[in-house]
Amino acid sequence: MSRVKALLIAAVVLLLGRGRPKRERRPEHRIVPPGPADRRAENLVLLLFGGVTACGVAFIVFYAIDKLGHETQWLGLALGLAFALLTLACIVIARRLVVTEELPEPYPEDHPDEVETIAELIDESGSRFTRKRLVTLAGAGALGTLGLAALTPAASLGPALDTSALKKTPWRRGRRLVDESGKPIPAADIEAEAFYTAYPEGADRELIGSPLVVVRIGPGNAGVVAYSKICTHAGCAIALYRKPTFPDTQPGPALVCPCHYSSFDPAKNGKVIFGPAGRPLPRLPLEIDGEGNLRAAGGFSGPVGPSWSGVRR
Amino acid sequence: MKRLLPILVLLVAATPARAATPQEGVVANVTQGKSLYAANCSRCHGSRGQGLRDQGPSLKDAGALAADFYVRTGYMPLDNPHSQPWRTRVLFTEQEIRSLVAYVATIGHGPAIPSPQWQTASVAAGRQLFADHCAGCHQIAIAGGVLPGARIPPLNQPTPRQIAEAVRVGPYLMPKFSTKAITPTQLNDLVAYVQYAKRPDDRGGWAIGHLGPWPEGMVTWLLAASILVATCLLIGRRLKA
Amino acid sequence: MIRRLVRFVDQRSGGAPFVRKALRYVFPDHWSFLLGEVALYCFILLVATGVYLTLFFEDSRSQTVYHGSYKPLQGETMSRAYESVLHLSLDVKAGLLMRQTHHWAANVFLAAILLHVLRVFFTGAFRKPRDLTYVIGLAMLFTAFLEGYLGYSMVDDLLSGMGLAIGYSVALSLPVIGANLGLLLWGGPFPGSPSFIPRIYIAHVLIFPLLIIALLTLHLVLVASRHHTQFRESPKTTEKQVVGIPAFPGQAPRSLGLMFAVFAVLFLLGGLVQINPIWLWGPYHVGEATNGAQPDWYLGWLIGALRLVPGFDLTVGGYTLVPNPFWGGALFPVVILFVLALWPWAERRVTGDDAFHNLLERPRDNAWRTSLGAAFLTWIFLVFMSGSADRVTVWLGLDYSAQIWAYRVLIWLVPLLVFFAVRRACRELLAWEQIRSD
Repeated sequence: MSRVKALLIAAVVLLLGRGRPKRERRPEHRIVPPGPADRRAENLVLLLFGGVTACGVAFIVFYAIDKLGHETQWLGLALGLAFALLTLACIVIARRLVVTEELPEPYPEDHPDEVETIAELIDESGSRFTRKRLVTLAGAGALGTLGLAALTPAASLGPALDTSALKKTPWRRGRRLVDESGKPIPAADIEAEAFYTAYPEGADRELIGSPLVVVRIGPGNAGVVAYSKICTHAGCAIALYRKPTFPDTQPGPALVCPCHYSSFDPAKNGKVIFGPAGRPLPRLPLEIDGEGNLRAAGGFSGPVGPSWSGVRR
Repeated sequence: MKRLLPILVLLVAATPARAATPQEGVVANVTQGKSLYAANCSRCHGSRGQGLRDQGPSLKDAGALAADFYVRTGYMPLDNPHSQPWRTRVLFTEQEIRSLVAYVATIGHGPAIPSPQWQTASVAAGRQLFADHCAGCHQIAIAGGVLPGARIPPLNQPTPRQIAEAVRVGPYLMPKFSTKAITPTQLNDLVAYVQYAKRPDDRGGWAIGHLGPWPEGMVTWLLAASILVATCLLIGRRLKA
Repeated sequence: MIRRLVRFVDQRSGGAPFVRKALRYVFPDHWSFLLGEVALYCFILLVATGVYLTLFFEDSRSQTVYHGSYKPLQGETMSRAYESVLHLSLDVKAGLLMRQTHHWAANVFLAAILLHVLRVFFTGAFRKPRDLTYVIGLAMLFTAFLEGYLGYSMVDDLLSGMGLAIGYSVALSLPVIGANLGLLLWGGPFPGSPSFIPRIYIAHVLIFPLLIIALLTLHLVLVASRHHTQFRESPKTTEKQVVGIPAFPGQAPRSLGLMFAVFAVLFLLGGLVQINPIWLWGPYHVGEATNGAQPDWYLGWLIGALRLVPGFDLTVGGYTLVPNPFWGGALFPVVILFVLALWPWAERRVTGDDAFHNLLERPRDNAWRTSLGAAFLTWIFLVFMSGSADRVTVWLGLDYSAQIWAYRVLIWLVPLLVFFAVRRACRELLAWEQIRSD
């Protein structure tokens, strides 16, 4: 029992720092100039640290409560407040509890002598070479080639030299158009003033050459047109069809990309009528099979997707 | 349904015009409708709804569906036939709307007013449909958008019925979708998604408009950067004048 | 106790003289000198929260059907990358807090760097001997642009997919090498090979952060070795002598306080303000797009430029030489980088001033630099503004095409006006000071 008591007393003494009195070192001069004590500021800092602790506990509690609604908000509030209180504590310390010295210090200067020495050192080290330039050149060539060799495997990242992949699409003569759910699309079902998205049957839909936008610009089978759904400017999907309800007073039909608002005229082979696109929208020729469904009658009228240097206009 | 009920209540409460919600016990009067038509619509759509060149389209086969949509949204009557119809205050009483709609329905054989059963429909299926057909213009979280020549309304205000009507009508520059392109079941799903998107699952706090980077940039500068610059001013010194 | 600890470290490292010097390293005191620190603390938090996010992210584009907790996406086909971020955001405790804080930190990081660059520019802090420090800082800024872009792109939601499509188009648009470079980076035509997401992932979490850390270290070492610049305030502050608060004890609580303030703001935003709610955007598919898609704010100048450029490709004999996205997406940022990076040398050549400058100029003290810089910034800012013309149309009903045409004129006119106005303002301020002191 007395042992516990002794331990407790020892702990309290340690905590309060009332151990044996420090041997006061009395320096001739202090490094940091002295300043008056500020109990109120100190109390404030203690209070703020208390707040930080409370917020930290709150964070853990919020985390532990399983069915807490708006969990993110409570967690963020707890953590954010903890840091905000910590900020205040630091500012109080900086302003009131720590001496703010203003010290002068010379700006560093350059070292002309050292520079001279280094240059001389390098110069003299190479004095045994008779054909300095040639050796330097050969060395640079060797290292440069080696560097190039080290970079060569990067070419495996993609088909860098063969750019023909850019022109490939799954569309070829006879390929059936299907809608989002994979059903074939009868030409007769394509209605005026509506717009449809179509994909190649049995091909990957996530290829840039796959998605089509299909609209009707006139009566009959010839009135159905299909374009690549990928903008020739920056590769976004042409997800807008501007269709006037009353063409007399309203803007004319256009296929529009929502990224930079390039607009293409579906009635004029995808001609650009507004926006930054520099090339018409590639058109896919269509044919109707025996069951009345839409099929591709060939490849696109131009390369699909964003242009590249060397693409045919 | 429990989640959706408050949405409905809010919608009703938020509807500004006195006649925008259908009321029971109001009877349509075609004769009254005809005179309302003559006074408010005939200048552009012609005396018998035949349409006038450079003024307004024919209303033949427009049906009660289109009439109900255009009048209840305040899209019509339109001051200038060249301007874009936009949601405004409805000028007619419920009784007048019903009569007007009933009259327009007599011009040709147009579709009736739909009543979407969206409460039990699939939000997920609707989201997919919305992404495929609507997000290009109305933005994936229904915040509205733009296309050269028009601004595209956000879908916070239209009622379920108006959403269903708009899909079929294709007002102004919007494409229209028949029952073949979007089946009635799919339309219910679509409406269910729009209703969901009005009050989506907003985790992570204040939603700042479901617009993404645009308001996020505003918060970055107006809130975060300002507070931090103020903190710098608090910690650091300013030049003495 | 402290003495013993210091002795222990010194006997094993010999670092005591260095630490003693570092503790008494002086910081000139001005609020604007703290902006760079704000960026630094954002970066620290970015690394901390980013490491947490990597523990949940799956860098894969292989497709899967969603059956998680979020009902509106039930049954949708999506990439594993997107699914893992959905899971992190909606099902992992504190996951959304970390993700949102990370994203806010990125936005504020860029804002802080930008403010810092502006301060350095308009006070002439980039002059010799700090021109190299400045150029390294610019390199960091542009690395950070890319780093941020990769970060929100690898999530593979609808917005990030559209952003990648635009990035791909800009890569493809580079003259001569565009197609080769695009295919190389993406591993094939857009959306690229299955290894594309792992590539941008490793670039985002390893390569670019290492690059930023390297540049940051170099930047800070150079700053410390030349000491900080200062304003001329008293007879003691001269070109030869810096006056400031020592790192310890004076500056330490100030800097720590600022760091905690940055953390506080970012965690509060991360918890209370939604950012990039990817569950609402849905997964990306090549054939889908949404209206109002924007990049994060710090790339807004690029979408503005892409939208302002009139629709033309540079063609030679039926072959495209320079596709359109090059002008706004590649040339525009490169011109800005070059103008900013070469400015110190250009200014030295024009003024013939080759001296060391440790004293800063107030913006008004150098009317030419301030007005030219303001005009240049206005130019960029207007292009940035034009990127949100579509939102202005939705809110105010102003016609989109008319706005674009107006911007095409205004981006040249307004900077001119700003140039004269700012030059005048600088001169008036100086004259006013002269009168007051007389």
